Amino acid sequence: MSEREIMEYDVVIVGCGPAGLAAAIRLRQTAAESGQEISVCLLEKGAEPGAHSLAGAVLEPRALDELLPQWREDETCPIKTAVTTDRFCFLTEKKSYRLPTPPSMHNEGNYIVSLGRTVRWLAEQAEGIGVDIFPGFAAAEVLYNEQGAVVGVATGDMGIAKDGTQTGNYQQGVELRAKYTIFSEGCRGSLSAEVMKKFNLRTDDAPQTYGIGIKELWETEHANPGEVLHTIGWPLRNDTYGGSFLYHLEAGKIALGFVVGLDYKNPYLSPYMEFQRFKHHPAIAPLLAGGRRICYGARALNEGGWQGIPQLAFPGGVLTGCAAGFLNVAKIKGVHTAMKSGMSAAEHIAAALKAGNEAATLNDYEKDLRTSWVGDELRKVRNIRPMFRHGLWAGLSHAAIDTYLLRGKAPWTFGHHNDHSQLKKASECQAIEYPKPDGELSFSRLENLAYSGVNHEANQPAHLKLRDNSVAVNVNLQDYAGPEARYCPAGVYEFVKEENSDQHALVINAQNCVHCKTCDIKDPTQNIHWTTPEGGGGPNYDSM
Amino acid sequence: MKILVTVKRVIDPYIKVRVRADQSAVETDGVKMAMNPFCENALEEALRWREAGIANEVVVLSVGNDSCVETLRTALAIGADRAIHVKAANTPQPLATAKIITAVAKREDPGVIWMGKQGIDGDYNQTGQMTAALLGWGQGLFLSSAKFADGVVTGESEVDSGIRVIQVKTPCVLTADLRLNEARYATLPNIMKAKKKPFETLTPEELSVDASDRLTTLIVNTPPPRAGGVRVADVAELVSKLREEAKVIA
Amino acid sequence: MSALIIVEHDNQTVRENIRAVVTCARQVADSVTALVIGDNCRAVADATAAIAGIDKVKLVQHAALAHGISENCAPIIAAESAGMTHVLMAAGAQAREWLPRAAALADMQMITDVIAVNAPDTFVRPLYAGNALATVQSSDSVKFMSIRPTAFAPIEGAGSASVEEISGGADSGQTTFIEARTSSSDHPELTTAKIVVSGGRGVGSAENFQLLETLANKLSAAVGASRAAVDAGYVPNDYQVGQTGKIVAPDLYIAIGISGAIQHIAGMKDSKCIVAINKDPDAPIFEIADYGLVADLFEALPQLQAALE
Repeated sequence: MSEREIMEYDVVIVGCGPAGLAAAIRLRQTAAESGQEISVCLLEKGAEPGAHSLAGAVLEPRALDELLPQWREDETCPIKTAVTTDRFCFLTEKKSYRLPTPPSMHNEGNYIVSLGRTVRWLAEQAEGIGVDIFPGFAAAEVLYNEQGAVVGVATGDMGIAKDGTQTGNYQQGVELRAKYTIFSEGCRGSLSAEVMKKFNLRTDDAPQTYGIGIKELWETEHANPGEVLHTIGWPLRNDTYGGSFLYHLEAGKIALGFVVGLDYKNPYLSPYMEFQRFKHHPAIAPLLAGGRRICYGARALNEGGWQGIPQLAFPGGVLTGCAAGFLNVAKIKGVHTAMKSGMSAAEHIAAALKAGNEAATLNDYEKDLRTSWVGDELRKVRNIRPMFRHGLWAGLSHAAIDTYLLRGKAPWTFGHHNDHSQLKKASECQAIEYPKPDGELSFSRLENLAYSGVNHEANQPAHLKLRDNSVAVNVNLQDYAGPEARYCPAGVYEFVKEENSDQHALVINAQNCVHCKTCDIKDPTQNIHWTTPEGGGGPNYDSM
Repeated sequence: MKILVTVKRVIDPYIKVRVRADQSAVETDGVKMAMNPFCENALEEALRWREAGIANEVVVLSVGNDSCVETLRTALAIGADRAIHVKAANTPQPLATAKIITAVAKREDPGVIWMGKQGIDGDYNQTGQMTAALLGWGQGLFLSSAKFADGVVTGESEVDSGIRVIQVKTPCVLTADLRLNEARYATLPNIMKAKKKPFETLTPEELSVDASDRLTTLIVNTPPPRAGGVRVADVAELVSKLREEAKVIA
Repeated sequence: MSALIIVEHDNQTVRENIRAVVTCARQVADSVTALVIGDNCRAVADATAAIAGIDKVKLVQHAALAHGISENCAPIIAAESAGMTHVLMAAGAQAREWLPRAAALADMQMITDVIAVNAPDTFVRPLYAGNALATVQSSDSVKFMSIRPTAFAPIEGAGSASVEEISGGADSGQTTFIEARTSSSDHPELTTAKIVVSGGRGVGSAENFQLLETLANKLSAAVGASRAAVDAGYVPNDYQVGQTGKIVAPDLYIAIGISGAIQHIAGMKDSKCIVAINKDPDAPIFEIADYGLVADLFEALPQLQAALE
């Protein structure tokens, strides 16, 4: 193999989401204020900034106010729909009961946004002050120096055929070398996972926990801009954590989605089908009637909160945003905390660069962030999610006591468990019959998938790798009834019966993958390894 | 020889297009855009000709609003030497676009204009032919193979009955089909280098071209969904349906 | 209102699609003149004159017009368009060579792929590969339009128009026709074939694909495959139909053992008639198929083969 080309920057940022962009902007701002020259580049595996961004989303503008205080005056800023009303409901199959909205879910002063569009706008701001953004290039490899410190990343090779040979279009990856590398890959980032392991950033007793969020964007006549609705209860059983969100945007659009905690136990559960069923609830269906779904997507999210946050700094790099796990589950928001973590990382990196420190471990970043408002708000709600493991009612009553009586100051902290180990064997569970999608309110998975704009170069090795091929059938299918065929929101995993035998085989339709990372999280034996495909592949969300 | 390559910005081919709720047009706001795939093939061929010593300069041209700048930057990153953006409020219709390309060609005097066979947005399939007509040049359309020798291009295109082979004298307009080649990627170092390549911005007025529309779009609809099909009971029924109802087999 | 319709032919016979063009021309004009451009093609003009709905046939013969070279033919169309309100031609390979070039010479904005006439100046045409339909109004004095012959019912019956031979034709010297080759493979080219027989993972093996090849031979069809079948190694890469493979829109697409992954559907959904044969009654392909047959392909294919004998 020939020597790879090298490009040098002061700071390389992996992932063009809210955390990475906030870090990039803050770095350039700090550099300008202090007269430093700090070169910054940002890599994004999606074909353009925002193409892989997916969130509800209600944005708390606290971090944005700190980063770009003039944003409200900017005509081009897509953050326009202030939240007007807030409802929280418990659903039964036919009825909807309004519950008091928990204080953490109050949304005064917050905005309903498309995260994708917000990210695109932030990217324009970043490019405007000299950040080099490279969409369509996936960081595939972490670079280390002889001392073991991180010194950048390399992009993946392009033009490798399915069989591993080089196509006529082969292009070797490029090394992006940096004094500091910021990992802002989002939830369950593949390189973040590597550095966490290498630097032992996460101890075994504090695993991260996750949920999967599946979302659709609808165009409907019944949108009432500014309205926010969250539901719990039906169609999920009380032993499964999850619920819906429904946000009314401007221009006749409603963003709605469904989150299911990935600690669910029944391998027959299909988060996708739960969401489809949910839309038929009498409180929901009328909002969508006569409308059309215009976008579909899914993404895993962190639910581990305070307890799930790993050590953030290591030689030459830091973790930020959802790559670390700053989502506030009680608020159902993580953009503000992600941005704040990026900004804080940027400030500490700028200071280190000014002092001439390269590839150091920026422990102060972690210390500061944990004592900032980000740490405050996460610590306060730290015990809410873990109690839902004991069921919806235990979780809700505990949440009420914790919130209203203890105000988050309980002297204890509940621990977490690994999501993948929660799955029960199929023999211990009941199969679930889901109603067939009607094609108007509910859709088959593949039909919906067409609205994610997903595509990958077909002639490349599958980016979803099995550590042991035999496990798929011998364990996953036999013991767990093939859960990946259900939890994957993109129909990547298919068990097919082989011709003329009773044998099954797992087929991986990697081209369908929307990069949600659920398989990497939920696979019961952790046999599925999500790696980055050729840059530019994946979904192309237009405003998710 | 200089090659002029036209590149158009269109909705990414992998995006499911949707008509705006007010039925005025297909929605492009917030939708991922990309270089028209056939234009990628045209650019690739021009670059290969430069690499083979047939051409010494590849100039890319795009006509349309400010967002075309991004498409031209991409073309420069892929390997074009120089870019020209003719700025128009919206993408002009094919005749006006052909007039603009003609005006640019008269200034630039290329030996060949390489274009995509059609835009995947409007599906007009006219601009290349019209440009050739206005310049009075020969045309080689839908090429799946193109060889240059001694001022003559031998081109192959797929037609209903097989392959049609023609020879066109330069200067000429050539339009590319997907099978002409496999377009290359832009590399990171080349994206950085592209930022320093020459970039010229013009307007139709500066070129003395009337770019006004001759066609007015009254309404854009979503076509009715494929009518729900029928299940047939057996092969005999299938064959009779295909013969009698669909009339697709003899 | 007077329309000029351009006749597609091989210097010997008239393509049947001219009857659809006449139907469309009659919707926009009350007089229809047909123009035959070619070499040694008197028979074509006479045959055209015998088609209903045509008032007059003009014939131009010249050696330089034998192979439809646009640089030589388009100027004749442009000249003959003078005084007309419409110039129509069936959309296809010949129309794409001639009509835009002629329209530009006449300084007119052509309208491609018309599928409906709302008024003499207002037409419906597809955009984005048929994913949207635009209704457009033309302000040009002569409307150059290619029409989709499948969208207009062919005019029936005979006529007796006069044939007028006009002089014209010259070799621009710019472009030379070299040859027309039939495709080297046994089957027609996948992207241009009228019928495509396509197999998926359900076909089961490379050997079983032979069943499809045999059926394709019978139908003079091209053979395609889904990505799953290509991945499974049943057929080479260049068989792949789908978004990242080839995009096809034949008159008839027969999907055998194909479940219907979105990428595959994206590559063939514009086919005029889709037949799906699959054992699995819930296969998504049935949702877009015009005719669905739930059957084992090892039983269905031999039967189909026999029924076509």
